[in-house]
Amino acid sequence: MAELTMVEAINLALAEEMRRDERVVILGEDVGVDGGIFRVTKDLIEEFGEERVIDTPLAESGIMGVSVGMAMRGLRPVPEMQFSGFSYLGFHQIESHLSRMRWRTQGGRQVPVVVRMPYGAGVRALEHHSESREVFYTHMPGIKLVVPSGPRAARTLLVAAIRDPDPVVFFEPKALYRAFREEVSDEEDEPITIGKAMIRRDGTDLTLVAYGAMLPRAMEAAKTLADGGIEAEVIDLLTLSPLDHEAIAASVRRTGRCVVVHEAPLSYGPGAEIAARVMEGAFLKLQAPVMRVTGPDVNVPYFAREQLYLPDAERIADACRATMNY
Amino acid sequence: MPREPLQFESRVERLSILDEDGKADEELVPEIPDDLLVRGYRTMVKARRFDQRRLKLQRSGRIGTFAPVNGQEAAQVGTISALDETDWFVPSYRETAAHFWRGTDPKDILLYDAGYNEGGALAEDSRTLPLAVPVGTQMLHAVGIVHAARLLGEEEIAMTYFGDGATSQGDFHEAMNFASVFDCPVVFVCQNNQYAISVPRSRQTRSETLAQKAIAYGVTGIQVDGNDIFACHVAAREAVDRARNESRPTLIECVTYRLEMHTTADDPSRYRDEEEVAKWRQRDPIERFGKWLMARGLVDDKGIERMEEEITDEIQAAWKATEARIETLKDVGPMFDHVFAELTPELARQRARMQDGHSPGGWKDG
Repeated sequence: MAELTMVEAINLALAEEMRRDERVVILGEDVGVDGGIFRVTKDLIEEFGEERVIDTPLAESGIMGVSVGMAMRGLRPVPEMQFSGFSYLGFHQIESHLSRMRWRTQGGRQVPVVVRMPYGAGVRALEHHSESREVFYTHMPGIKLVVPSGPRAARTLLVAAIRDPDPVVFFEPKALYRAFREEVSDEEDEPITIGKAMIRRDGTDLTLVAYGAMLPRAMEAAKTLADGGIEAEVIDLLTLSPLDHEAIAASVRRTGRCVVVHEAPLSYGPGAEIAARVMEGAFLKLQAPVMRVTGPDVNVPYFAREQLYLPDAERIADACRATMNY
Repeated sequence: MPREPLQFESRVERLSILDEDGKADEELVPEIPDDLLVRGYRTMVKARRFDQRRLKLQRSGRIGTFAPVNGQEAAQVGTISALDETDWFVPSYRETAAHFWRGTDPKDILLYDAGYNEGGALAEDSRTLPLAVPVGTQMLHAVGIVHAARLLGEEEIAMTYFGDGATSQGDFHEAMNFASVFDCPVVFVCQNNQYAISVPRSRQTRSETLAQKAIAYGVTGIQVDGNDIFACHVAAREAVDRARNESRPTLIECVTYRLEMHTTADDPSRYRDEEEVAKWRQRDPIERFGKWLMARGLVDDKGIERMEEEITDEIQAAWKATEARIETLKDVGPMFDHVFAELTPELARQRARMQDGHSPGGWKDG
């Protein structure tokens, strides 16, 4: 067992999978010699060489399009978009080809690409470096989207993503990259099943749904609420697409109340989809409307105000109390 | 000297072998076995007749929009015929003639044109990729394919097709750049057919030629008469050799003309006059190649008549087979196939609901 940060855990998963499967290759901007600007791919070029850890020209569409071609020829590329805010230049290749190639060829070609990209606010970064635009990718048929909430989840979820036969967008909550350490097994851990949520805390009074960088804040809020006698059941989504809505609905059928947390803007965010699913799966058990604790419908402000933008434990707890008092 | 002309290597030539009257510079005509010459001619004629039949099918509502190849047959057959079967063909959406050379079944094209995904089904070992609709995006796939092959210890080459409009796209730049930086054996075939729907070549770039764009990437470029099958073939053969022997990309600009509409949804009379089209009809790639073949005694009127009959029958049989297949494909279910490797529980639920006549969303018993 070793205590690892999320950056180290992702690095470990990449190295393990590259050792296990020669078809796994990494490509992107600064991923080789530099080891990635967050050091996620640190030292991998030394072990696996520049043919498998490829520093590319600065061109996101190129990285994505070449990854599609590599996957069609039998590799398992793990391209890095340096920030999710830069992935839009590669968006066209993801939407028009990566998500559709299996479907277009009626199963004749698979494109098992894992697109890693750091997302989210909280690291005092420049404009375009802090957004949380997961719904761009969850709205694409044919793409799976996963978001780890800590080092252990990052390691096992990435392993599952790389072994998955379908394209996966792997959202990395960069605010958690070095926020805390967790014990990560030296042995190979069981990969997390993509498409399955996990209950991180049992509770009977309400269901609190979160993922990624908001999960620790939801857990903190749950602790505060418990001091006041409210027991929240915290669900960590881990996969946003395909969404494990049955796990959410099952929990809400027990608790009768639901609060969803995400840092993406309110309107048309994941909370809207989750609220609709709760309506379909737990309507008669609901004792309050589904509450959403999210970013407002504005761009992430420059970093002096980013913590004001982000949901925090206090805002989450406040929403939970309002739901209890409805 | 504080200021002097930059010196850099610029290898961009223009090649023309077979003129509008079917007269060739015989010294430059490549060595091609007679049966392949006739096969090339037949493929060009078949592509044109196929378009004519498809246009009737489209106008009568039996198939949807498609992009005619008319006028570009030499640019396609001349280049694709330089490839081996084991090489990769990465097309855009107008390469019907090249598809026929590669053996794509007209039934599959017609099924696709009729709006059925099943028409795009690809065998797992196929090195003929399906058509790519978004302009310019497929060039990067060609680069990725050959680069992956190299990492897997195989030497494979790819030929990818696009038009003059695509050279304005960022993906053209990114693909040329990646291919050159990574020494990728890709042949980039630009069919400069003078128009991107309505916008003329002069509005795409002030660059005097498209071929010269190769210079900036450190790539060899060549411009050929795109209605001259020999010039296209010679340039492609050289590019294929360069790919195989030196693992270097090449940009070929085939100067040609789209004699018909962009797609069947387009009315070209809005943006070009008949005089211009008539001028290009004089340069028809099939006619000039036919004249040369006749002069060489490789085809005659009777043989062409027989060939035309065979082609008509072949296309008719393909359409009959397509119509019969369509009758078996009316279910709502197949749209859910191959979205993922395995149908997710959610998609299974949505499919079942739709098969029962409901909307995909909803609740149990709802």
